[in-house]
Amino acid sequence: MHADTTTAKKEAALAVFAGLETEPGVPKPDPILVIDKVVRRFGGLTAVDVDHVEIQRGSITALIGPNGAGKTTFFNQLTGFDTADAGSWTFNGKPMNGVPAHRVARQGMVRTFQLTKALSKLTVMENMRLGAQNQRGENFFRALIPGSWRGQEDEITERAEELLERFKLAAKRDDFAGSLSGGQRKLLEMARALMVGPELVMLDEPMAGVNPALTQSLLGHVKNLREEGMTVLFVEHDMDMVRDISDWVIVMAQGAVIAEGPPDTIMSDQRVIDAYLGAHHDAPMSVEEAEEQLHEAEAELEAEIEEKA
Amino acid sequence: MRRAVIAFTAFLGGLVLLLSSPAWADGEALKGTLQNQGQPVNGVKISVTTQDGKPVAEVTSGADGKWQVPVPKAGEYKVTLDQKTLPSGVALKFKDKDTLTVQVYEGSQRNVLFALGAAGQQGNGPASSDSSFWNRVAQLTFEGFNLGLIIALAAMGLSLIFGTTGLTNFAHGELLTLGAMSAYFFNVVLGIQLIPATVIAVIVGGAFGYLQDRFFWGKLRQRGSSLLAMMIISIGLALFLRYLFLFLFGGESAAYTDYNAQAGIQVGPISAAPKNFIAMGIELAVLLIVGLALLKTRTGKAARAVADNPALAASSGINVDRVIRIIWTAGGAVAALAGVMLGLSQNVGYQMGFQILLLVFAGVTLGGLGTAFGALVGSIVVGLFIQLSTLVVPTELKTVGALLVLILVMLFRPQGILGRRERIG
Amino acid sequence: MDWNSIFVTTVKASIGLETVVYALAAIGLNVQFGYAGLLNFGQAAFLGVAAYGLAVTVATFQLPFWLGIVIGLAATVVLAFLLGIPTLRLRADYLAIVTIAAAEIVRLIFRAVKFKDVFGGSDGLQSFSGDFYAMNPYAPGSYGIGSITFTERTMWVLTVGWILVALSCALVYLLMKSPWGRVLKAIREDEDAVRSLGKNVFSYKMQALVLGGIIGCLGGFVFALGQASVQPDLYGTEFTFYAYTIVILGGAARVFSPVVGAAIFWVLLVFIGNTLAEAVGSGVIPSSIMTVSQAGSVRFMLVGLGLMLLLIFRPQGIFGDKREIALDAR
Repeated sequence: MHADTTTAKKEAALAVFAGLETEPGVPKPDPILVIDKVVRRFGGLTAVDVDHVEIQRGSITALIGPNGAGKTTFFNQLTGFDTADAGSWTFNGKPMNGVPAHRVARQGMVRTFQLTKALSKLTVMENMRLGAQNQRGENFFRALIPGSWRGQEDEITERAEELLERFKLAAKRDDFAGSLSGGQRKLLEMARALMVGPELVMLDEPMAGVNPALTQSLLGHVKNLREEGMTVLFVEHDMDMVRDISDWVIVMAQGAVIAEGPPDTIMSDQRVIDAYLGAHHDAPMSVEEAEEQLHEAEAELEAEIEEKA
Repeated sequence: MRRAVIAFTAFLGGLVLLLSSPAWADGEALKGTLQNQGQPVNGVKISVTTQDGKPVAEVTSGADGKWQVPVPKAGEYKVTLDQKTLPSGVALKFKDKDTLTVQVYEGSQRNVLFALGAAGQQGNGPASSDSSFWNRVAQLTFEGFNLGLIIALAAMGLSLIFGTTGLTNFAHGELLTLGAMSAYFFNVVLGIQLIPATVIAVIVGGAFGYLQDRFFWGKLRQRGSSLLAMMIISIGLALFLRYLFLFLFGGESAAYTDYNAQAGIQVGPISAAPKNFIAMGIELAVLLIVGLALLKTRTGKAARAVADNPALAASSGINVDRVIRIIWTAGGAVAALAGVMLGLSQNVGYQMGFQILLLVFAGVTLGGLGTAFGALVGSIVVGLFIQLSTLVVPTELKTVGALLVLILVMLFRPQGILGRRERIG
Repeated sequence: MDWNSIFVTTVKASIGLETVVYALAAIGLNVQFGYAGLLNFGQAAFLGVAAYGLAVTVATFQLPFWLGIVIGLAATVVLAFLLGIPTLRLRADYLAIVTIAAAEIVRLIFRAVKFKDVFGGSDGLQSFSGDFYAMNPYAPGSYGIGSITFTERTMWVLTVGWILVALSCALVYLLMKSPWGRVLKAIREDEDAVRSLGKNVFSYKMQALVLGGIIGCLGGFVFALGQASVQPDLYGTEFTFYAYTIVILGGAARVFSPVVGAAIFWVLLVFIGNTLAEAVGSGVIPSSIMTVSQAGSVRFMLVGLGLMLLLIFRPQGIFGDKREIALDAR
């Protein structure tokens, strides 16, 4: 029975995408997120310049692109972590440009980070509890009266325990998050994001720095999100993973969306091949490109350092 | 029991004094230093009377501009400066303020300030003419550059250390004090002329910078101490050094032996002692050399690369630790020079480095944390701003303006004038 | 060497006025720095505006004592907002530089000759504490055990001071046990993560800044009333640095550590200061090595040295848990 519904959700998602064009900005039947003309510049460098993109509700959409394509910067714009220089986007029809990050999350659009942000000096359980919304005890004055928030805290704890069970972290409940392995932190971050109760989950490189043994279980969790009715948008480098779990792929290069399409065919698209191999591989790199590459290399280095620490 | 009470009050009183003025009192007294544009003014007669006009004492200011009158007990006193005894070309800024009434508290020495200026410059009339206004602007601009260059010398090192190691070094001010005090030691105590003494002080400063990194900060970096911890450690170091200087030097500020009482010279609208011009020349030359070294030499380029991105620099084969050590050494040496220059323009005291540290921070942040040339520009802006702001605000509040600007820059352009924004995630 | 007097002053220091004042300042700082990770280097200014708010209202404008307290509190809250709004969105070290600059501005304005009529210049203000001592329930006399005694005035200040310390500790304890405290500790760890979970980080930081400022401002009142005067230079940067030393000594992010830290700090400072002074005075240490005034600076050299050694060898302080302190984050 369970297997059937799984297929049904996947089938439903794929059916929606079946007849779509593979042009950038192609309209979707039921978009949860609609993005228009988002631009972000750093000095002379245009990091993001996305004309039009729609994300289909109830699907798993992958956002791929070569290093320095502006994927993370794009994520930052959408989730309110950085201010776009121009552009607008709507989530469930509500305009979201200029909305601060915490309001974006409250609306049901929750992100994770490329470099995991597990709060290492809080316990796993405290990390989870933090994700719950509308907590009475988070108000300064009510915090002073434990009776006013104890009941809600128990409910939150119960919900957190269920999620920890599912993500196989229940045994680590009272450990400091800092003692977890890289993969476990990714799991914790995803579980914590679910505590918010999101409609759209945005994962920034969920597989980066994860031990291959854990990859399958992580993939399973991402697929599960769709089964529960959530929409997933994720940035990833690993093409096998993209092919395995995504229903639709959006390709970015040099800040712009250059192609969209189903995972099986998108990799044979000439525009994508050019972007990855570099249509300009015979032309010398411009100063900006060189700088961007430096930047990316630095981010990766930092990621490695962070992972080791 | 009585001794306990005395000890306790002495301790409290000592704390108050220590925090409020560098002087440790032995008895109630009135004192002051007469200065005209940073130069001591000697031979001026000062008389002190009690509130009801009974004379207490009459003294003349010494070669260092200082005078002191012990008074019998706490209370109100009248202090009168005899304007006739002022040297030619020097006058009270406010002609009617030749007698001041001041309160002396129990156990404290009260400083009395007479504001002096060049004759003909005093603010006795509200309507100053156009030309004298522009003269003042020129004079203040000059003084602003003078201060800005000193701040810039200190800021270069601070900024590069921040850029390469991420350390916000609260003990950087004490590097200046160290330079000023070593020069004082060699100049005044050992009797070496100030120029060679300065050279030695710069070497001492460089060596101290090297040793600090070799045996202290370098070790902490290796242990993986967090930046926050290192920042607070630098506060501890600053406190330690500051009170060590107080221990060794005492609370009074003092001047070097040489170039003390130079007569001012007039260049266009600007009047200043020749030493100021020469000091500025030296400061400019040093800044130029440091700047060229950063731009042209291998080590300089490596230093900028490390400041820009230590991880990337290391991966491209730069010996980051060696570069950092060179920066510490050069930063210490340049800071020591800045200290000597500061001591030359406002006397040597144990708090001098700490007092200018905030202005150095202002310069560094204004220019953009971690960028050497930004620090240079930012510092000069701060120096100019401080001096020019005295056109509208009282001199005692001139630092307030600079610090306000620092806060405003943080508000509107936190990356500084020449800095850039960083990415999240 | 008069060990008896050293002993008496040291014991008195453990519960004395300075300990109370610094404990309150440190409790406030612990909320800001220990729990929320805010590098407020302007805590002295919070005590300063509270003390001056009271003193100016009563001494300069001849208004009632309680109005002075209200104005002191209001001034603290205003200062917190003035400092917080521009800086709480910035990086931690930027906040440090801005708050230290703001504290200097406040001090310079208090001591300016220009505003002498209001703030009393570098001499500060006196005669505003009459109403406070008029409320004194202790009859004139001397209170204490053996030779450790206080006057009725000191007793009254210390009673009020320690009640405020106890109340502040209780408040911090309740808050840090609650989800509110959890958000604060999470912000200390990584504010972007907290933001991504739908919490208004700016608002929490502001609440922490205001709360820490208000607890510190109680210290400002006690300081002003205990000395029956306010002086601008008492609220300098070094005050804040000593408060940091106290927080770190006790152990950041622990409810009682600022109180214990303050007591230890002052006991050591008074003990070392008096012992050195006695040793120099009685010739045990010859004056060629150290004079009495130099003995004063030795104490503060030791403060600096102690702060460095603590952070290097025991950053969690006396009571802290090494796994959950703010100090080695990042």
